[in-house]
Amino acid sequence: MEIILSIAIGVMTTCGVWLLLRPRTYQVIVGLSMLSYAVNLFIFGVGGVKTNVPPLLTDDVATGALADPVPQALVLTAIVIGFATTALFLVVLLASRGLTGTDHVDGRGDRK
Amino acid sequence: MPFVGSLLSAALLKSSSRSLPSLISGVVALGCFGASAAAYPTIARGEILRAKLQWLPQFGLDFALRMDGFAWLFCVLISGIGFLVVVYARYYMSEDDPVPRFFSFLLAFMGAMLGIVISGNVILLSVFWELTSIFSFLLISYWHNSAAARDGARMALTITGIGGFCLLIGVLLLGNIVGSYDLDKILASGDIIRNHPLYLMALIFFLLGALTKSAQFPFHFWLPNAMAAPTPVSAFLHSATMVKAGVFLLARFWPALAGTYEWFFILGAAGIITLLLGAYFAMFQQDLKGLLAYSTISHLGLITTLLSLGSPLATVAAIFHMVNHATFKASLFMAAGIIDHETGTRDMRRLSGLYTFLPITGTLAMVASAAMAGVPLLNGFLSKEMFFAEAVETHADSILDRILPYVATLAGAFSVAYSLRFIHTVFFGSPPADLPRPAPHEPPRWMRFPIEILVVICLIVGIVPSFSIGPFLHVAVTSVLGADTPEYSLSIWHGFNLPLVMSMVALVAGAAIYFILRRYLASCADGPPVFRRLRGQRIFERILVEVSWRWARLAEQRLGTRKLQPQLRWVVFTGFLAGMLPLTLSGFEPRPFAFSGVDPMFAVVWLIGICLAIGTAFMAKYHRLAALVMLGGVGLTVCITFVWLSAPDLAVTQLLVEIVTTVLILLGLRWLPKRNEGVDDAVTLRARFRRFRDLALAIVCGIGMTFVSYAVMTMPVPDAIATYFLENAYSEGGGRNVVNVILVDFRGFDTLGEIAVLGIVALTVYSLLRRFRPAADSMSMPEQQLIQNRFDEERPERSAGDTVREYLLVPSIIMQWMFPVLITFAVYIFMRGHDLPGGGFSAGLTLSIAFLLQYLAGGTRWAEDRIRILPLRWMGAGLLTAMLTGIGAWFLGYPFLTSHSRYIELPLIGKMPAATALFFDLGVFLLVVGSTVLILVALAHQSVRINRLRANDAEKAKGGEA
Repeated sequence: MEIILSIAIGVMTTCGVWLLLRPRTYQVIVGLSMLSYAVNLFIFGVGGVKTNVPPLLTDDVATGALADPVPQALVLTAIVIGFATTALFLVVLLASRGLTGTDHVDGRGDRK
Repeated sequence: MPFVGSLLSAALLKSSSRSLPSLISGVVALGCFGASAAAYPTIARGEILRAKLQWLPQFGLDFALRMDGFAWLFCVLISGIGFLVVVYARYYMSEDDPVPRFFSFLLAFMGAMLGIVISGNVILLSVFWELTSIFSFLLISYWHNSAAARDGARMALTITGIGGFCLLIGVLLLGNIVGSYDLDKILASGDIIRNHPLYLMALIFFLLGALTKSAQFPFHFWLPNAMAAPTPVSAFLHSATMVKAGVFLLARFWPALAGTYEWFFILGAAGIITLLLGAYFAMFQQDLKGLLAYSTISHLGLITTLLSLGSPLATVAAIFHMVNHATFKASLFMAAGIIDHETGTRDMRRLSGLYTFLPITGTLAMVASAAMAGVPLLNGFLSKEMFFAEAVETHADSILDRILPYVATLAGAFSVAYSLRFIHTVFFGSPPADLPRPAPHEPPRWMRFPIEILVVICLIVGIVPSFSIGPFLHVAVTSVLGADTPEYSLSIWHGFNLPLVMSMVALVAGAAIYFILRRYLASCADGPPVFRRLRGQRIFERILVEVSWRWARLAEQRLGTRKLQPQLRWVVFTGFLAGMLPLTLSGFEPRPFAFSGVDPMFAVVWLIGICLAIGTAFMAKYHRLAALVMLGGVGLTVCITFVWLSAPDLAVTQLLVEIVTTVLILLGLRWLPKRNEGVDDAVTLRARFRRFRDLALAIVCGIGMTFVSYAVMTMPVPDAIATYFLENAYSEGGGRNVVNVILVDFRGFDTLGEIAVLGIVALTVYSLLRRFRPAADSMSMPEQQLIQNRFDEERPERSAGDTVREYLLVPSIIMQWMFPVLITFAVYIFMRGHDLPGGGFSAGLTLSIAFLLQYLAGGTRWAEDRIRILPLRWMGAGLLTAMLTGIGAWFLGYPFLTSHSRYIELPLIGKMPAATALFFDLGVFLLVVGSTVLILVALAHQSVRINRLRANDAEKAKGGEA
């Protein structure tokens, strides 16, 4: 399981960084979303990978066996904040496009 | 106390009153003087007054004040001369100047200066030190309309500011060596300091601080430029305070630092050069204040030289001369100010024969400058005599020591020459011809009063030293030197000895120099002959320009960029290095990959996920929609992963966020420019290289992340805080869903911050979009809509807009019907949140999706005709609910956000957990709904607004044609 997850994180990081370095604002926003997936999964993975033991307390399971709730709580807030930043960035993107007439990240049209 | 006075004066800034601020200042200064004087009996017994306030005890930093004899002497000097300067300034300042500001700065400066002398902690001392730099800057630039004042002030600030910084380093080093920042402890551990390997470094930084402040060579040039200040400021700063701070510091730390060869050499060289150069320059000044400024530099050089010698007797002489110099120099500055005030000029080529007009001022100035020249029966003579005596003594056998007697005599001769020049040119000779203000007359009685007092002190000290200054000086000297206090005698007549001969030689030679140079001086340009061209000020400015302008521009050109891509590239690269470095240093080894125990289904899911991710990266440039769809696919894969790996809460949230984000970006896509594949595909070699480099960087980062995350995941998880949360979630938080309990209870404060951020983002988005105006090429209708309309127009049975209206008719009906279902679902998710996956975040997102669907189904107008959502109120209510829940705990005597839980019996539903955390979660819920809906609606509204914009544009175009 871990190996799949790590490779997935690696691939998503690669795609995210690549997109982040592209000149179009849309590419950057998609890249950021991609990076945030990778980072969220990474933080989530820090708590260890366990199947079928969600951190819901029931009477017949020992607490020690449950998945680590702390990274989960962290990632949950990270997902929501990620949404907020994506929204903000999208609007900045649109405003910049409206003001400068181009979707280049520098707002200066295409570099020749 | 002076700071309070300063604030009081500052409060009068608007008023036009002239006397009130000066009255306040006078009272404050006199009060300080009185307080100091009252402390004398205690001080005289050799005790030290202390006051201590805890400030930052963990750093060994206390607000400690201590007053011993030496500090007392300086307090008296500062407050006494401060008072006289206030009296003088009351008459000096003209009607047009903002007087309250002046007195406010002056008092603040005085406060900072007193702070330096009585602070008992070296860090505190350097704080006050900086304050004097700042307030002197403000005082020098008081006439801020004049360029000279601004330049002078800036230069003074730069030099003394750098010095202050060096001093701070110096005292930090000292404190480090001694292990305490307490002044007493530092002074007591001189031997430890002198034998410490860091001694030289500490000494150099320390001396840099002191020498810059006291305008010693090679930092002397700021002082003459600071003469652009009003004369009372010059009189105060350059006699008793600012420049004295440097020598005060040297004397203060004399027991701790002095006595080594380095001390002697650095200080001695600086002091002797300053002494000689200052005196030499002073002779050739044409500006009265310039002459006094250089003579100040020279006298400070004398004091520095004395302190450098390292013998106790020399230190006595230094302290004595500090006092003497303060008295006669302050009076001379004031006299120069009166001359300037009455005649309108300070140029000595234009002044002459003023004695007939200003007999009393003239007499006073004569006495004072005689004291400066070191004429017998005046105080200057005594300390100069002591200096000569010390100069003759051999302290350390070196070239500096051997030339000292000759240098001393020569400098003495120079000082006689310029004192003589000051008096002779200004007060004697033919009556003045072309004065800017003809017919000068004696100033008001009280303007002259401070000079009278000071001159009388000069005389008293000069004639009966042992009765007047003797005991005070003794107190001060003992407090500095302690047991080393030597026997010294303050009498005027020591018999016919070598120092007396030197004095006589200096007097005669000085007079001779003056009379030889008289003709030349009367007409020559400003400044000494050889050094006129070589001006420290020029060099300083050149350096300043070079560093702050040329180098800065060069650095910006070379290193700066306004392009985002290189910046991001560097960020990523640095991030990679920052991650890499600690890992390599701590010997990180990648773990061998093990493919055993992999669930094939999971592998397949991620195979698809990886394909989608790469596809997204590939398509994002030309096929935005495709990229968005694939991104959503990746999001779903992540979501599945969360379900798989026991994180149902995350899965729910991720799914909902995924929906909202996708819709959001879809709404935004409409406003992006069309991009067709192959339009700008003329790929240059550089672009290719750039892409390759980016790809390489990305791949390296990806591989790094793979290794690191694999290592992290396979390592045994240390037993950290997880167990605590798992064990206490039910007993203390009253919930079975530990993640939710962490969010709303254990870490409730974080969540509060987070929802606040969410709210702020929503508001920002809203306000950004209010002024949004799409780019010109997005103004027209979207292509799709045009095609649809064309289709409608071609058919006679359809009217335009039918297709749009009938678009997705069946799904939209279903969506409308789903509305109540979704609301119920949201409530359900919310209620179960504390025990099962769900909670405020997911419920809020669900409800906003419910609203969103209505917009999607019926269009913006249709939806807004039927439901009015007021997202701002939702947000406000949410934040308030969350806050009030937290505050509620206060009233029950618990800390902020403490929660309480119990089960309550509800009819129909049954037993139901009710924690106060539920209210907090309700706040989260409301805010999430509000923010999400606000963002989405603001974006959706753009399609409504654009119609209005189009109509406006059309009208404008019409108006233009008409």
